[in-house]
Amino acid sequence: MLNPKLKLNPKIFNDDVEQVNIRKGFGEGLVLAGETNKNVVALCADLTESTQMIFFKEKFPERFVEVGVAEQNLATVASGMAAMGKIPFISSYAMFSPGRNWEQIRTTIAYNNRPVKIIGSHGGISVGADGGTHQALEDIALMRVMPNMDIVSPCDALEAKKATIALAKTEKPAYLRLLREKTPIITTEKTPFNLGKAEIYWLPDAGLAQVGIIVTGGLLHRALLAAKELESEGIKTKVMNLVSIKPIDMDAIIALAKECKAIVTVEEHQVMGGMGSAVAEVLAQNFSAPVEFIGIKDKFGQSGTPDELIEHYGMGKNAIKEAVKRVLKRKV
Amino acid sequence: MSHLSDEKIVQLEKTANDIRQSIIEMLVEAGSGHTAGPLGMADIFTLFYFHILKHDPKNPSWEERDRLVLSNGHICPVLYASMAHSGYFPLEELKTLRKFGTRLQGHPHREYLPYVETSSGPLGLGLSQAAGMALADRMDKKDKDRFIYCFMSDGELDEGNSWEAIMFAGKNKLRNLIVVVDRNNIQIDGFTEDTMPLEPLAEKWRAFNWHVIEVGGHDFRALNEAVEEAQAVYEKPTVIISHNIPGKGVKEFERDYKWHGYDPNSGKSKEDYAMALNELRTLGGKIKSEHQ
Repeated sequence: MLNPKLKLNPKIFNDDVEQVNIRKGFGEGLVLAGETNKNVVALCADLTESTQMIFFKEKFPERFVEVGVAEQNLATVASGMAAMGKIPFISSYAMFSPGRNWEQIRTTIAYNNRPVKIIGSHGGISVGADGGTHQALEDIALMRVMPNMDIVSPCDALEAKKATIALAKTEKPAYLRLLREKTPIITTEKTPFNLGKAEIYWLPDAGLAQVGIIVTGGLLHRALLAAKELESEGIKTKVMNLVSIKPIDMDAIIALAKECKAIVTVEEHQVMGGMGSAVAEVLAQNFSAPVEFIGIKDKFGQSGTPDELIEHYGMGKNAIKEAVKRVLKRKV
Repeated sequence: MSHLSDEKIVQLEKTANDIRQSIIEMLVEAGSGHTAGPLGMADIFTLFYFHILKHDPKNPSWEERDRLVLSNGHICPVLYASMAHSGYFPLEELKTLRKFGTRLQGHPHREYLPYVETSSGPLGLGLSQAAGMALADRMDKKDKDRFIYCFMSDGELDEGNSWEAIMFAGKNKLRNLIVVVDRNNIQIDGFTEDTMPLEPLAEKWRAFNWHVIEVGGHDFRALNEAVEEAQAVYEKPTVIISHNIPGKGVKEFERDYKWHGYDPNSGKSKEDYAMALNELRTLGGKIKSEHQ
């Protein structure tokens, strides 16, 4: 069942569940952050509407900076502004920022420990028709290996809004990963959100779970659908929303592994170096349990609809169910 | 900052010579590092740290200070030496350059040495940070209170990010941003015009809507006037293209690109070190006697 403590959207499993772009939540959150803190500034590399920074630009034109198609400059100008006390949010497609400007981010933001917030608006395969060049499947890995860098990957627009407001209050560099397409609204305004904390969104009606499913980003909805169907087939699972990939909620992951003794990770990202790898690092050092990874298996993407691509690359509801059954067989 | 008297110029020459000696000593002690760039920029650093900059070495985090961003971090021996000689930390600490546990990292790190405005080393990143600082000051209406200076090398103008920053500052008419380019014509692989030609360099900056001043980098009076002119320009950012002699002060090192990345001990013989120091000490004596 859905975790009643979290006050999730009761319509999650309805066909007519409301769908909103995750990036839109960021756009709204940034305006709210800007209203609270006058040091919040926004910089964009010629994608103001696409990244939904346009709301901020319209509300606070004097605090909006257009750098043109120049992602290296985007990161470094922001670092300079942070040095003078600003909280800069920089936005582009994830493939270009942090893809194109990785070293600029490393040297001038992470190494300098400046509170620049990097917004990658088109993460994952669900970017769709634009094709492989524009589908960021490596961005979590790129940011995860960087000291000082926090990583947040929200599951829906509301969580993206809360994450944006929360990140504006931290003194650290951070990467916020967003998706292009509309995704179902899973949370409500009342659902708790804390940076660095993972929550269990689905749990068995009674008794212990047999498999723990750990998800980051928009695939959480598919994982919840899978969990519901698995329950009717007699397989008890818990589904965790790992919204903060770094710092990672080790206690929650270890507790889940100890209960279930089998884990499936789900992400719209390369399996190598992604969230699943981060979970595996925690498990290998603390509590060994077999893991099945749902994600991109060392391939580039291609054009298609988000649904087609998610199915093709083995990240849909049925693929998640199969992974759960596979990992069940591997339990010691 | 103000007009330079003759006495002040003599004082600056002596200080620059002391800074050059410190550079040689610290590089030899470290056993690695860059030689030519720091020596070539010693006069400019001296002018800024001892005449131009609004700063307080005893209160390094003074909010109202000018900001000086060193983009080409590999010439940090001259930055560290200038800071030590102007009182940010004891001269003794210069001997720790590049050693384990030092605040004087091989390339500057602001978390190890908070007195530097940014970490640097990877090239082409300083100017855009300085532009960001200048823009932030304009947003806060502090752009008339202080200047953001950026020192950069000519070699790092090969970097695309440099030109992104030049375009950005031109667009935003950042009058509070003043850049000094160390035009010493050398980079690691050879002369700049062989490696990747930069000329016509002044015209390039002008085409990006900058005010351009060209000056000889070892003439304190001319340099000072160039900075005064830059501060008076209202509609544009200014670049001072400073024609510097790499290795300036030590004849053996001057204008030879191989000294770009070498420390003074990696030359033909160990005598290079003693030779360099002797020459600087003799020069120091000459400055004193000529003006006594």
